[in-house]
Amino acid sequence: MINADTLPIIFIALMGMSILIYAILDGYDLGVGILLPLKPDTLNQAHRDNMIASIGPFWDANETWLVLAIGLLLIAFPKAYNAVLFELYLPATLLLFGLILRGVAFDFRAKVGTHYLKQIWDYIFKTGSLIASLSQGYMLGIYILGFEQSTASVVFSLISAFCVTAAYTYIGACWLIMKCENDLQQHAIRWARRSGWLMAVGVVLVSIVNLLISNDIFNKWLHSLYGFVLLPVPLICLMLFWINDRLLARPPKQIEAASWIPFVNTMLIFVLCFIGLAFSFYPFIIPQQLTIWDAASAPESLSFLFWGAIFIIPTILLYTVYSYRVFWGKTQPLDYY
Amino acid sequence: MLDTLLLSRIQFAANISFHILFPMITIALCWILFYFKLRFDFSKEPVWMRAYRFWVKIFALTFALGVVSGITMSFQFGTNWPGYMETVGNIAGPLLGYEVLTAFFLEATFLGVMLFGSKRVPSNIHTLATAVVAIGTTLSAFWILSLNSWMHTPSGFEMRDGVAFPVDWFAIIFNPSFPYRLGHTLLASGLTAAFLMAGISAYRMKIGDHKKAPLLALKTSIVLAAALIPLQIFMGDLHGLNTLKHQPQKIAAMEGVWETQQGAPLLLFALPNEETRSNDYAVEIPKLASFILTHEWDGEIKGLNDFIGEHPPVAPVFWGFRIMVGIGLLMLAVSWIGAVFIIRKKRFPPWLLNTFIGMTFSGWVATLAGWYVTEIGRQPFLVSGILTTAEAVTTQPSGNVALSLTLYLVVYAGLLIAYLLVLRNMARRSSLLEDDERYFSKKVEITANVDDKKGDKQ
Repeated sequence: MINADTLPIIFIALMGMSILIYAILDGYDLGVGILLPLKPDTLNQAHRDNMIASIGPFWDANETWLVLAIGLLLIAFPKAYNAVLFELYLPATLLLFGLILRGVAFDFRAKVGTHYLKQIWDYIFKTGSLIASLSQGYMLGIYILGFEQSTASVVFSLISAFCVTAAYTYIGACWLIMKCENDLQQHAIRWARRSGWLMAVGVVLVSIVNLLISNDIFNKWLHSLYGFVLLPVPLICLMLFWINDRLLARPPKQIEAASWIPFVNTMLIFVLCFIGLAFSFYPFIIPQQLTIWDAASAPESLSFLFWGAIFIIPTILLYTVYSYRVFWGKTQPLDYY
Repeated sequence: MLDTLLLSRIQFAANISFHILFPMITIALCWILFYFKLRFDFSKEPVWMRAYRFWVKIFALTFALGVVSGITMSFQFGTNWPGYMETVGNIAGPLLGYEVLTAFFLEATFLGVMLFGSKRVPSNIHTLATAVVAIGTTLSAFWILSLNSWMHTPSGFEMRDGVAFPVDWFAIIFNPSFPYRLGHTLLASGLTAAFLMAGISAYRMKIGDHKKAPLLALKTSIVLAAALIPLQIFMGDLHGLNTLKHQPQKIAAMEGVWETQQGAPLLLFALPNEETRSNDYAVEIPKLASFILTHEWDGEIKGLNDFIGEHPPVAPVFWGFRIMVGIGLLMLAVSWIGAVFIIRKKRFPPWLLNTFIGMTFSGWVATLAGWYVTEIGRQPFLVSGILTTAEAVTTQPSGNVALSLTLYLVVYAGLLIAYLLVLRNMARRSSLLEDDERYFSKKVEITANVDDKKGDKQ
């Protein structure tokens, strides 16, 4: 039996890992969805097919990390789960609405009989991805402010919605640079350069607001040893943005030779942003209100799940790597044969 | 204005009713696909692969609908039923956790290989991927039904300060009603998938698709249904006996028994009346209910009047049960008639094809009717004897719930219509292709390779 005080730390780490993996993996799915071009001509139709084919084999497993994250919140911190979903009732409903539309559009678009209907499902795909990203960003904003109800917090959350959407668009564009070729890759490079700066502005903005929310967080970053060690995190973040931007300004042939670098850099940016937020809030699960120990469920329940999870999660990671290897390299058209 | 409790109940019922339609197909359909693929691997007969390819597309679409409607479920407990996790979260949490870890990731990850990987991995790995997805869907049913059964027949726990704590995980997972509910549901999935396959294959044959694949699928599904339905009736009987033991008030509502009596009659028709606490217009067979439930003509069945204030609303449970049993008997008749035609090696006559077409979604109706019996039959409790539904509901303003409910209903109605239209369309196009093939065989070969929309390539 593991110490009852350690279990909440293990589970918050697992949950944090799930959220981070979700944001990266479904982030690129949602970003690709947002980037779908709308023009009905055959060239854009081919681009849409190609873009969706690049995420088709993965999206379902990617979305499962959200189920694991919300599941771990429900399992390990039921009080926080109830409180978060009470406060976020409407944005959560919108998020689900978006995810439902995006998820079914994958299959409907490939199975309806006419080009016209396929086009409609592509619009639904794009709209669903956009709604899901915006509501996730809005939820993040409200969460950072500890569910404060005011005009200022709504404005901040709307900005956060916009920035998270930019971040997903950015990682989606970098995914496409890695997985696609020729003119679609050229489009993706343009998309990445535009959304990259939007995301960078968002990261700076959220970092500043985050410092100003409470004295605790301010002191943690600026007057503690850990804060001193972590202070380079925002700087490295901005440097990675800059490296990506410089790389993407180069001629296409050089970009193709290093086409995986922007995606990996963006993953690193996601990891660093996550570390920054996690460090700011720990050990609170609801900022400034509820710590992980206050919210945790019974140790006998957590340890029962823990002993399974330490074997199962590495297995999941292994077969996830396997499935990425099966579909390695530039995207091929998706067919069932 | 409806209150938050009622709106939340309608919303949960809408979500779970919509959701279960799709897993009920995919759990068994995936095993059928595995069977098709195995037959192909051993016989190298292309017809098995054609059947696989047509049905794997229907599987993919159905699976996607199941996934997205399932995600909604994982949010519902928190958005609308906070009392549930507060009271029994220590039990429900790990069971849901194991479902995500052992089942969801397995099926979601290997689904990509199963659907799109057959050119990229060796054939036997592809067969294995199909089996892994089938195992994943079945494991998912295992965990969620374990939790659901625990809510009907809780065991292996203790209450401290109004919160349930686990004492014996084995007793929690394998609680008294679990084996019966799992068996009953898995068999129901087999029947739902079998009748869907029979109906769509019969439709293809009726509109002139005389290839081997639809006939093969029709025969496979008839044999499957004919084999499963007697097992299901037997399993249903066992489940009923188990319910009589643990939830006698549910049985009383199913049978419309108001006063405890020996030799209770089986009601073929009645309008249960909660005002007068009796049945109107009852048509009955003497003593049969007692015989079915206790296996004795004069066996005692407890009446609803012994459970005043603690029994479910009678009419929906009573009628849900009759619809489920009625469809089950119809399935028995139709599948056995079909089996007779297969044994005698006769062509299926049009009236039989039409019957199968009419019963395409009979599994859905029976499944929903059965789940309404068991879930409404647990009311007024959410977890039998521990937590009532009213205690668990959120304090969210009813306007918010009305808004989310409206949104869900609109989306679900739209998706259900789209799903049915696409199924019909896929069945139609697969047979149009045959005409194309007859006249322009080479052209179809090329377009079918670049575009999977063409359906069943033959």
